Amino acid sequence: MAKRIDVSGLTAYYGSHKAIEDISMTVEPRSVTAFIGPSGCGKSTFLRTLNRMHEVTPGGRVEGKVLLDDEDLYGAGIDPVSVRREVGMVFQRPNPFPTMSIFDNVAAGLRLNGKYKKSELNDIVEKSLKGANLWNEVKDRLNKPGSGLSGGQQQRLCIARAIAVEPDVLLMDEPCSALDPISTLAIEDLIGELKERFTIVIVTHNMQQAARVSDRTAFFNLAAVGQPGRLIEIDDTERIFSNPSVQATEDYISGRFG
Amino acid sequence: MSHAVLTDKRPSTLRGARLPKWSPWAIAAGSIAVAVGIGLAAGLDSRVQWGLIAAIVFVLGTYVIAARVEGGRQAKDRVATSLVWVAFLLAVIPLVSLVWTTISRGMKVLDPYFLTHSMGLVADAEPGGGIYHAILGSLEQVGLATVIAAPIGVLTAIYLVEYGRGRLAKAVTFFVDVMTGIPSIVAGLFILSLMLIFEMQPFGFAGSLALAILMMPVVVRSTEEMLKLVPNELREASLALGVPKWRTILKVVLPTSIGGITTGIMLAIARIAGETAPVLLLVWGNSLINANPFEGAQASLPLYIYQQYANSAGAGAAYDRAWAASLTLIAFVMILNLVARGIARWKAPKTGR
Repeated sequence: MAKRIDVSGLTAYYGSHKAIEDISMTVEPRSVTAFIGPSGCGKSTFLRTLNRMHEVTPGGRVEGKVLLDDEDLYGAGIDPVSVRREVGMVFQRPNPFPTMSIFDNVAAGLRLNGKYKKSELNDIVEKSLKGANLWNEVKDRLNKPGSGLSGGQQQRLCIARAIAVEPDVLLMDEPCSALDPISTLAIEDLIGELKERFTIVIVTHNMQQAARVSDRTAFFNLAAVGQPGRLIEIDDTERIFSNPSVQATEDYISGRFG
Repeated sequence: MSHAVLTDKRPSTLRGARLPKWSPWAIAAGSIAVAVGIGLAAGLDSRVQWGLIAAIVFVLGTYVIAARVEGGRQAKDRVATSLVWVAFLLAVIPLVSLVWTTISRGMKVLDPYFLTHSMGLVADAEPGGGIYHAILGSLEQVGLATVIAAPIGVLTAIYLVEYGRGRLAKAVTFFVDVMTGIPSIVAGLFILSLMLIFEMQPFGFAGSLALAILMMPVVVRSTEEMLKLVPNELREASLALGVPKWRTILKVVLPTSIGGITTGIMLAIARIAGETAPVLLLVWGNSLINANPFEGAQASLPLYIYQQYANSAGAGAAYDRAWAASLTLIAFVMILNLVARGIARWKAPKTGR
């Protein structure tokens, strides 16, 4: 549970285009790390390299090392499918499986992997939905389609689906950008609870959100359009938002960017 | 000056003069009357000409009347609407007339006896006999063709959408496009050449093979489109749960698109169910019941229709049987379409709360 991530010298490409260059950082277990930065600076790309989802995109390829508790995710003989079982992901837009009920959506990860006992499934689904603060809202309609829920509920359903497989790390790619403030608050509270059990990495465009939920914040930037994105600095969130060591970070945070 | 006239006519800038709701019907009735008048006066005997004149008068009349009363923009709007209606009628008239002719002529001999008996030894010019052997042959040939073509087509489409990159995928796409354009007689000749090489006699399965060649590209194309409609986010959501790609395709992509894929397959079946040429070459036709598609000549519905028409030298009984068989074939295709729609609706992703 809750493993440490150590990234060193990571560069990611889309075909011949270099999207991010030479990124190194450490993400502590049982903490929330937020990635901020302008659009197109490679935050999402970097996030997707952490569970080998980057290579799902045609032409996607990675150089460098990502250590998950001392095991290199890009080492020889590593199965990307197993990596993704340990490093779960929540996407920008809620994407419940439309053909499945709420129950089946949460159980999907276990069922599709074929590793579960029928008797345990009910408990796991209930636990995951409770973990995602959704249980009370859906417990009477577990057999209804997941796509019938509201946007915020759907996103929490996706979080429940991700934590049902008990990953070590949870990656969140702008999980609140399609949600209203109340659903956002619900998910931020949830992140606070989940960090007791998981290592959480969250990409966000909302700097208040980064300040509210994260322990550490990483600022990404790119020199110019077409240039690869780089990690400018990573530090404790309080420090980043009060007294960052790089001028560009301060410019971005205070809105004097560009 | 003109400004003053305009304001007199239209006290409100938002509410102009409008033609009454019944005006399109009145104009339509008027233009039909005009067309009949012109037709009678000029001595045109073709009703088609009358109809075309009525259509033109209707469109022009709509424009002139609307332009006078309502102004130019509304007139254009009404002309566009009336053009759409005229086009709709032009498209529907042949369809309705086809269905009507088939039903009125086909019902004459269509009864349970007709559906459950073969032609046996009934001569082509005599009344009696039935199409049981042809229905059986059609079902077997089309069924076997589907069993061959549907899995290959769906799997090809899955390869093209989910895995295919680079040269092989491009080549497959190209050949699927070429196959779409193969005339049915050529597919028949291809199998016929094989049949001659191996010195075989006509049999039902040979027809199935030719039909499968015709069906495959249609299935590939429609399935490809359906798979492309599945949002990438669903694939990524499944992959991010640590589900292998093949299981993602099997458990997430296919169930999401199964409705559309089934519809595509049903439409492809409907397309090959009416093929005559390859069946004529490869299955030959048979007036007796032959339930074995792997040996001996068989009948099929389109082939039966053709042979009843061609071999009977104008005998009324044979024509009646041909029409009844046509009606059966149309009903068969229509039932398939209805089934396809039913499956598509039943399997469509649910949105209810």
